[in-house]
Amino acid sequence: MAGPQAHDKRPLSPHLQVWRWHVTMATSIFHRASGVALYLGAMVLTAWVMALASGPEAYGAYMAFLLSPLCLLILFGITAAACYHLANGIRHLAWDAGKGFDPKVSTATGWATIIAGAIGAVLVFALAFLA
Amino acid sequence: MTHSLRTPLSRARGLGSAKHGVGHFIQQRATAIFLTVLLPWFALSVLLGTDGSYDSVIGWMKHPLNAAGTALLVLTGLFHMRLGMQVVIEDYITAPVARTVSLLANTAIPAILAVIAILSVAKVFVGA
Repeated sequence: MAGPQAHDKRPLSPHLQVWRWHVTMATSIFHRASGVALYLGAMVLTAWVMALASGPEAYGAYMAFLLSPLCLLILFGITAAACYHLANGIRHLAWDAGKGFDPKVSTATGWATIIAGAIGAVLVFALAFLA
Repeated sequence: MTHSLRTPLSRARGLGSAKHGVGHFIQQRATAIFLTVLLPWFALSVLLGTDGSYDSVIGWMKHPLNAAGTALLVLTGLFHMRLGMQVVIEDYITAPVARTVSLLANTAIPAILAVIAILSVAKVFVGA
C-alpha cells in the first residue's frame, strides 16, 4: 500500500475506518466535512458579489445559473453545511469553555446540531423562495 | 528517528513543535465567535431585506452597514476557512510536494477571494 506512511513515519490523524459510528464521532467528522464544503460556499459567495459589481447582465446570468436544478441542489447542500457548521461550531465553543463534555449532554447536543443544520437549511430556502 | 530533521539540541530540549499552535487555536476561535453573529446577520439581512433582484441587492449593498458587514463577513470567513483547511491538509497530506502546494494554494485562494470580494463590495458601495 502506497499510503502516506511512505513519506513520513510519524503518526497520522485517525482516518474514518478506525471509528465505530456513533453520533459524537459523526458530528466531528461532519464538522470537518462541512467546513471543507464551505470552501466552495466561499467561492459561490465571492462570485455573487463579483457578479453584482459587474452589472445587471452578469448578475442576472449568475443568478440564472445558481437557480438551475443542479446548482440549487448544491446550494442546498452548502446551506445545510453552513447551518450545521454554525450550530456545531457553537457546540465546540461551549466545549472550549469547558461545558457540555458529559456523554449524555454531548450526545444530545450532537443530535441537536444535526437537526439544527437540516432545519436551518429548510428555513433559509423557505425564506428565499416562499417569502 | 534516523530520518529526523531535528537537531540534537532540539531533541535534547524536547520542546516539540514551533509553538505556533496556540495562536492558531485562538485565531480559529476568535473568528468563529464573530462568524456566529456575521453569518446569520448576512443571511437574514439579504433574505429579508432584498428580493434577490439586481436593483434591490444593489440598494441593500449601498447602505454603509450592509457593505461593511459583508466585507467583515468575507474577511473573517476566509481567514477562518484558511485556518481550518490548513489543519485538514496538515492532517492528511504528508507527501512533501503535495503538502507544500496545498498549503500555498490554501493561502493563495482565500487571499484572491478576499481581494475580489472587497473590491466588488467597494465598487458597488461607491459606484453608480
